[in-house]
Amino acid sequence: MKIVVSATGVSKESMLDKRFGRCEYFIIFDTETDSYEAVPNSGVNASGGAGIKAANQIIEAKADVLITGNLGPNAFELIEKSKIKAVTCEVMPVNRAIELYQKNMLSDIFSAGMAHHGMR
Amino acid sequence: MEIAVLSGKGGTGKTTVVAALSEMAGRIIRVDCDVDAPNLYLFYQGNDIEKKNFYGGKKAKINKTLCIKCEICEEVCKFGAIKNSSIDPFLCEGCGACTLVCPKNAIRLEDEKTADTFITKTEKGILSRAIMGVGSDGSGKLVTHLRKNAKRFVEEKQITILDGSPGIGCSVIASITGADIALIVTEPTRSGLDDLKRILELSEHFDTQVMICINKYDINPDMTKQIEAYASKKGLFVVGKIPFDEKVMESVNTLKPITSFPDSIAGKAIEAMWIRMKSLTINVN
Amino acid sequence: MNIATLSGKGGTGKTTVSTNLAITLGFNYVDCDVEEPNGFIFLNPSIKKQEDVTVEYPVIDQEKCTLCGACVNVCQFNAMANTGKEIVVFNKLCHDCGACKIVCKQNALTYEKRTTGKVESGTTESITCHRGVLNVGEPMAVPVIRALLGGLPDGNHLIDCPPGTSCNVVTALRYADAAILVTEPSEFGLHDLKMAVELVKLYQIPYGIVINKDDGKENMIRNYCKSSGTILLGAIPYSMEAAVLYSRGNMLCDDPSYRMNFYAITEKMKEVFTWK
Repeated sequence: MKIVVSATGVSKESMLDKRFGRCEYFIIFDTETDSYEAVPNSGVNASGGAGIKAANQIIEAKADVLITGNLGPNAFELIEKSKIKAVTCEVMPVNRAIELYQKNMLSDIFSAGMAHHGMR
Repeated sequence: MEIAVLSGKGGTGKTTVVAALSEMAGRIIRVDCDVDAPNLYLFYQGNDIEKKNFYGGKKAKINKTLCIKCEICEEVCKFGAIKNSSIDPFLCEGCGACTLVCPKNAIRLEDEKTADTFITKTEKGILSRAIMGVGSDGSGKLVTHLRKNAKRFVEEKQITILDGSPGIGCSVIASITGADIALIVTEPTRSGLDDLKRILELSEHFDTQVMICINKYDINPDMTKQIEAYASKKGLFVVGKIPFDEKVMESVNTLKPITSFPDSIAGKAIEAMWIRMKSLTINVN
Repeated sequence: MNIATLSGKGGTGKTTVSTNLAITLGFNYVDCDVEEPNGFIFLNPSIKKQEDVTVEYPVIDQEKCTLCGACVNVCQFNAMANTGKEIVVFNKLCHDCGACKIVCKQNALTYEKRTTGKVESGTTESITCHRGVLNVGEPMAVPVIRALLGGLPDGNHLIDCPPGTSCNVVTALRYADAAILVTEPSEFGLHDLKMAVELVKLYQIPYGIVINKDDGKENMIRNYCKSSGTILLGAIPYSMEAAVLYSRGNMLCDDPSYRMNFYAITEKMKEVFTWK
């Protein structure tokens, strides 16, 4: 299983970033190999549609779980359609957030708001 | 903690509110994300201690030595941006369609400088701001950059106030995300209420605490009531109601925050609002 | 001949100046502030014609699509995404550029039209009025502005531009032979005026300034005009009466003293602009 965390740095001790579309890095944790990998978020440089770009990236990375703060409407739609489980978490070290997820202590992101579909 | 002051449309008095709140909050960091009308810095004396180019978009560029003037790119460009094998940067939207059809690979998308960003050191603290190039549009990327630029200067428990970007799009998402409080400044007009509704729809996606402030509430009491009813239906606090006050114009013209006019009724209302905002948040010092 | 009115910032009285000058000059009025078109409130024309403005967006034939993702990768606006099961299109982010169709090897892409706004025309007793209206929630005003200005008949037009100096204003200015910059005597007004001046200079068209809410003094806008050699076309005094007329949706030029103001401005315009 692959768990992706939005993060401010490249190490597993770096802090979780509550922003999804414009976080600096994604830290990908593979539970089978017990290994971490950090990739820069390509959405951070998008002038528009950052959340969509970031979502595309983690879908391509074949993530099963996403740990972040919040999802914008467009990213939410994509993550939901891709059957990736999205959970929300406070700012804390990435490895700690993953532990909490594995202990089933993080709640699902359920966005009741209406989708605004984009804009600049 | 971060407070983002937002409004759907420009001209609702957002900058006046930001300038006044900043005075009351004391030692704070300011971020001017209202890049269409970046007027906050006019209130302060200061020096720019940092200036950088910001690349916010892309434009196509033709390599003249490779170009054989086949004009295939002109046909494919839906924006009419290519004439006589040269690109009009104001019309080019940076879509890259021309780069795909060029048989000589002579066209590339290049990063385009869309703004200068500044860190200004004022007598009242750090201000992060930008001046956009003519014909450029603000973007979520720029707002995120301005916030990040300010973050380096934030000390323990210091408050950051954002003069938020206008509109309801990506740049507003970039203003709200990660902010602790979003204060939405609206006015009792038809468009004021419509814009408020749209911004609230968007804010429902974020766990930011939303508060509402009605500026010039007394110019249309009926509309003010409608806004209050809408807010209570949504379970949101109207933390401030600011009366119309001619002193506000004087404040803008003399470039002094409204708080420096002791007899200003608008200033008093903003002060009352600040007290209410503090009582509603735990983290405020 | 097309004369554009613009202002660096919203709320300076651009629409007041445009509508009153259009009446005084006998020019047709064109409201290009498609996000907030309120010139018709004052001119109150009877609408004679309405046309939808449409933009195209890609639709994917899921039968033909192999989910290769080429369209997603080429889209500079992040309007498409590949969930691995389908290609999702975010219509409102689409700039209708056609790049996705160019790269689709399966020919799985077609374009469909959707309405993002409308263009309306009507007449008052003396002039013809046109305006564009962007639908609520649509982010891109440029296609509506282009449809509005591109479809104008020959004649004399006063173009009421959107506020600011964004690409919407740039699009509108393309159709202008001269420009009027409306400002007010405040630091914010002056600051935003300077940005508007920078923009107009790029077009090498004649331009001049109108001061709204003028206090009659040697204020900062007059000083700016003098020191920079910018032409001052005239001023509209600030008064309670003007505010009352405005709030009722009435025209300032219905008032005799304001009518003289606008007349003086048009005389100066004829002097300064190359009159066609």
